[in-house]
Amino acid sequence: MSKFLKKSTLTIGGAMLVIGVGQSAAAQQYNLGREALPEEVAAWDIDVRPDGKGLPVGSGDVYTGEEIWIDKCASCHGDFAEGSGRWPVLAGGIDTLDSERPVKTIGSYWPYLSTVYDYVNRAMPFGNAQSLTDDEVYALTAYILYSNDIVDDEFTLTNDNFLDVQMPNAGNFYPDDRVEVEMPLFSVEACMSDCKPSVEITMRAAVVDVTPEAETDAVVEEAAAEPAAVEEVAVVEVAALDMALVAAGEGAFRQCKSCHQVGDSARNRTGPMLNDIVGNPAGAVEGFRYSAPMTEAADAGLVWTSEELTAFLTDPRGYMRGTKMTFRGVRKEEDIAALIEYLKSFEAQ
Amino acid sequence: MTEQFKGMKPSRRAFLRGAAAVGGATAMGTSAAAQGDPAITELKPWNQFLGEGVDASPYGMPSKFEAHVRRQDVPWLTADPISSINFTPLHEMDGIITPNGLCFERHHGGVAEVDPAEHRIMINGLVDRELVFTMEDLMRFPRENHVYFLECAANSGMEWRGAQLNGCQYTHGMIHNVMYTGVPLRLLLEEAGVKTEGKWLLAEGADASGMTRSIPMEKALDDCLVAFKMNGEALRPEQGYPVRLVVPGWEGNMWIKWLRRLEVGDKLWHQREETSKYTDLLGDGRARRFTWEMDAKSVITSPSPQAPITHGKGQTVITGVAWSGRGTIPRVDVTIDGGVNWHEARMSGPSLDKSMHRFYYEFDWDGSELLLQSRAHDSTGYVQPTKDQLRAVRGLNSIYHNNGIQTWFVNSDGVAENVEIS
Repeated sequence: MSKFLKKSTLTIGGAMLVIGVGQSAAAQQYNLGREALPEEVAAWDIDVRPDGKGLPVGSGDVYTGEEIWIDKCASCHGDFAEGSGRWPVLAGGIDTLDSERPVKTIGSYWPYLSTVYDYVNRAMPFGNAQSLTDDEVYALTAYILYSNDIVDDEFTLTNDNFLDVQMPNAGNFYPDDRVEVEMPLFSVEACMSDCKPSVEITMRAAVVDVTPEAETDAVVEEAAAEPAAVEEVAVVEVAALDMALVAAGEGAFRQCKSCHQVGDSARNRTGPMLNDIVGNPAGAVEGFRYSAPMTEAADAGLVWTSEELTAFLTDPRGYMRGTKMTFRGVRKEEDIAALIEYLKSFEAQ
Repeated sequence: MTEQFKGMKPSRRAFLRGAAAVGGATAMGTSAAAQGDPAITELKPWNQFLGEGVDASPYGMPSKFEAHVRRQDVPWLTADPISSINFTPLHEMDGIITPNGLCFERHHGGVAEVDPAEHRIMINGLVDRELVFTMEDLMRFPRENHVYFLECAANSGMEWRGAQLNGCQYTHGMIHNVMYTGVPLRLLLEEAGVKTEGKWLLAEGADASGMTRSIPMEKALDDCLVAFKMNGEALRPEQGYPVRLVVPGWEGNMWIKWLRRLEVGDKLWHQREETSKYTDLLGDGRARRFTWEMDAKSVITSPSPQAPITHGKGQTVITGVAWSGRGTIPRVDVTIDGGVNWHEARMSGPSLDKSMHRFYYEFDWDGSELLLQSRAHDSTGYVQPTKDQLRAVRGLNSIYHNNGIQTWFVNSDGVAENVEIS
């Protein structure tokens, strides 16, 4: 790469000599593409750097952030950014980085606040990216700082005070030094014979036993052997369903997808898989560990009728205190009807 | 023979395969002598009846007897399959090229289904002309063909604390090796005219994770490609269709898929994937960043836990792959006794810069227990270290860039297990 640097310098020098101006390296032009319009660049260039470049004008406080958080983030990251299931933990973990089990959170690990703003703005909420306003991103960033004890609950984050916030771990990163530290260590002649007196096995993967089960061929063969039967069933179902509503439900289901799966390959994730839900007993998906209240309700005979599901989806935690579903609830009534119709399309034969 | 593909833990399956093979070999020996091998003496359906016509499978598929050769995930690794990873079945492969359907997948926001007609590539920032290209524009630039490996920085990341997953698919399968066709990134940047203060490039994807990475301008102008073909056909959707960045020798996360924007800047951006992720936490609690190059590494792909020795003692083939982000692999050593004595393996196939290399070591197995390892030497003189050597420098919490030597224990039945040794 150093070779390139020299070459580049030469080219630049050359161009300056020849045309007398030209800040840039001269090279062949193919006259392909067209000039980007300012509004096009503005639409895509949303990145924010640690020096504040790219930060929009705006502000948001911790309280507002908390409301948006409960609404849009807590189902995966927990009410206090403590994480849920295997979703990222975003708060805590201070002083754990050199321990046996480091907890790398925004507070304990991330070096720059701009990264939080940039990432939330471009990629969150998971499954509904770029849907937050600038002020909402400021508010969420403020809430994340608060949940990491970096600011107090009265704090308002703005484009003006953004650069004043120092992240605790900013000083603990350094550039790759493998070339200096490791390459000399490992670039030595390798021993070829009688390299050690004896060899012992010190650890075995079989003891840990976490290798996934290989999927059985029986399943594959079954799937391959019965396409006709599946199609037949599908046809029957289609007749009974309002397909426009199912299609609308598929769209609405995007907000559920980060925790729930449906369809042939559906598995339990943060939430249970949702095949065969409508009209069936609650708390019955095999292998999912339900909350105590859901298990109690199931034992008491709760069945997911459209009415019960509507009530649950409208306000999960109001409907069932202590449910694992830390989801704010579906706001629009028509979305609930569509979701239920969509779920009906995943009923067994 | 069917039982050998029945699913269960590779170790158990391996055991059955080994046992069946030993039993089968004995039976076969007698039956062949007594009344001939039915595979020869009996008329098979494919000897007698006509097969499918030419259009039965317009896009060809592997034989049904190869249905077990596929990518697989490790469900407990991630919260959700949408932001997750699966693994290339290295144990079933040979040569150096990874077929497109077997290339491991890593997505942060699922597979974006991009309509190429609606896809644009923008260059903005510190350039003379901010430009927009269509896919058609892109294909009018001069193209190049190169074979490169792509290895996820987290490949073997689950093995830092010790032997954990039984199978090279899981321990080493976050890698593929593909021939790319694409336009040198340098040509696109020159078309826009990089200003002299432009030292960094931000590459951005069009998927729902808006994947972004900062790349130093020297690398961008050196050997990066903006690729639209893999192994001769369009990129697969899960590999970034219609266009991805190729960053030879550097960690896979930088190879932005569904590439839509290239921004030139005077400083780097410190995006999430270069701060929170893909930085190497060392034992003292500090972290290395900008650890872009992939160190030299190798693994024996057969025998291995998913590919046990089923033929009993006698002539035995050991094979594996090796690669380095800093050049070629002129040499791989193999040991069968846990590193007491080493043998130089036979390299076969093209030796290309920053590409996978294939090695073989054939020997006469006496049926005794084996401790198999391979050790790559790259063209800089670097020798692949042991896991203990790496841990001594980096500690246990690094997650990324584990290129330590892998050990397989093979018992007298031919069953292989992932182990660590003294």
